[in-house]
Amino acid sequence: MSDVRISSHTPIILSIVAALMLSIAPMPDWADPFRPTWVALTLIYWSMTFPNHYSVGSAWVVGLVLDVAQGTLLGQNALALSLAIYVTVKFHLQLRQFPMMQLSATVFALLALYQFILFWINGVAGVNSPAVTYWGPVVTGALIWPLLNIVFVGLRRRAR
Amino acid sequence: MASTNSSSQFGTSFSPALGFRFLLLAVLSILLLVIDNRENHLDAVRKAIGAAVYPLRIVVDAPVSAWHWANETTASRNQLQLDNSRLNTERLLTQAKLQRYAALEAENARLRAMLEARSRVREQVRVAEIMSVSSDPFRHTLVIDKGTRDKVYEGQAVIDAEGIIGQIIDAGVLSSQAMLISDPGHDLPVEVNRNGLRTIARGTGEFDRLDLPFLPNNADIEPGDLLVTSGRGGAFPAGYPVGIVESVTRIPQEPFAAVTATPAAALNQAREVMLIWPSDINQQDVEPAAESENDAEAAAGDGTDAQASADAEPGAPTDEDETDE
Repeated sequence: MSDVRISSHTPIILSIVAALMLSIAPMPDWADPFRPTWVALTLIYWSMTFPNHYSVGSAWVVGLVLDVAQGTLLGQNALALSLAIYVTVKFHLQLRQFPMMQLSATVFALLALYQFILFWINGVAGVNSPAVTYWGPVVTGALIWPLLNIVFVGLRRRAR
Repeated sequence: MASTNSSSQFGTSFSPALGFRFLLLAVLSILLLVIDNRENHLDAVRKAIGAAVYPLRIVVDAPVSAWHWANETTASRNQLQLDNSRLNTERLLTQAKLQRYAALEAENARLRAMLEARSRVREQVRVAEIMSVSSDPFRHTLVIDKGTRDKVYEGQAVIDAEGIIGQIIDAGVLSSQAMLISDPGHDLPVEVNRNGLRTIARGTGEFDRLDLPFLPNNADIEPGDLLVTSGRGGAFPAGYPVGIVESVTRIPQEPFAAVTATPAAALNQAREVMLIWPSDINQQDVEPAAESENDAEAAAGDGTDAQASADAEPGAPTDEDETDE
């Protein structure tokens, strides 16, 4: 199951690029604290589905690009993403068996881990920001997961 | 983007290698973080990746640009007439002020010459368009469409029509990133225009508020005072408006008064910003000036269809894009 051959990487790469674009797209001020962490969500799905092809290495590279795109410290998103993806790949067999509700809850935990790393690095680097507001993207991310799942399942059929 | 692992074909047996790879990448990330936080050695890396991200920015910005373009092209005749009359009135007022300004400038130059003071620098200004704003609510940064190709440099001051917006923190080839004065990590040397009292204005993370944390309780500062850049620290040219003091709270047992100010610039509303190049008044830089004229025309051409139809009065300054200090 986990060594599924991928016939075409295009839909996967396109989805990652789309996630990158969504994370730098301009949004109204009030909506900004609730912007889902698109890149993390996308990578969690693909690493769970194709752990042999999309794993910590891809997460790190994409994280680095995200760092440059968002203007955060270089390595911040790279570290947080590769940690989240490491946990995902480690438990990918269990995750695949989860019903949707339970999977959403797990995604919530993964995103919380991701955001915590970002928060922690910001704290160490002296970029001060209230901790409460890091939770918005985690909640919206977990809520949007079932919807995203439908999109990704469609894409996965194309990738195989 | 596919990782180059897959040395093993089985799902369970790659776990140790996975842990090792993660550890390696984590150490690498922390190394990057430390280097990036301390020094600017990673500029080349940032620029390389930034160039790859540039097309994405353009695509992301396209709907917004298209919306603005559509708005402008379909603006009703009525709206245009309103704009036209408003702009005409504004122009008259501005010119009235400019007349006084010219006289004052001449007088200032004469007095300075008498004092044998160093001639003050005069700045050159160019319009840049905002491509995107930071998606992180605690990092107030924006990306503009001018880079090192247009001689943008790090530390350069960014202003809008009302006052200081921020400074360039990362100059790419085609685009660069600016930090707003409202960023929690931004400190700006300012002085009170009324009495020359110098202090630091610190960003708060809110677009409409700056803190002045280092003023003692007995400092001569009142709500309504205009804050201008002091030019100390070198990054910002002196004399540009920063904000208006909003509230002054003096608590007797605290060493410092709690002073807040409202930024003069529309930090979260601007579409276009201006970049300032300091250049000495004695050596006239002809080339960028010519460029900036073109830019001004371009900006006026697509920005305001309601361009003032009346011809400029003889003797009125035609070079709108250049400010003299």
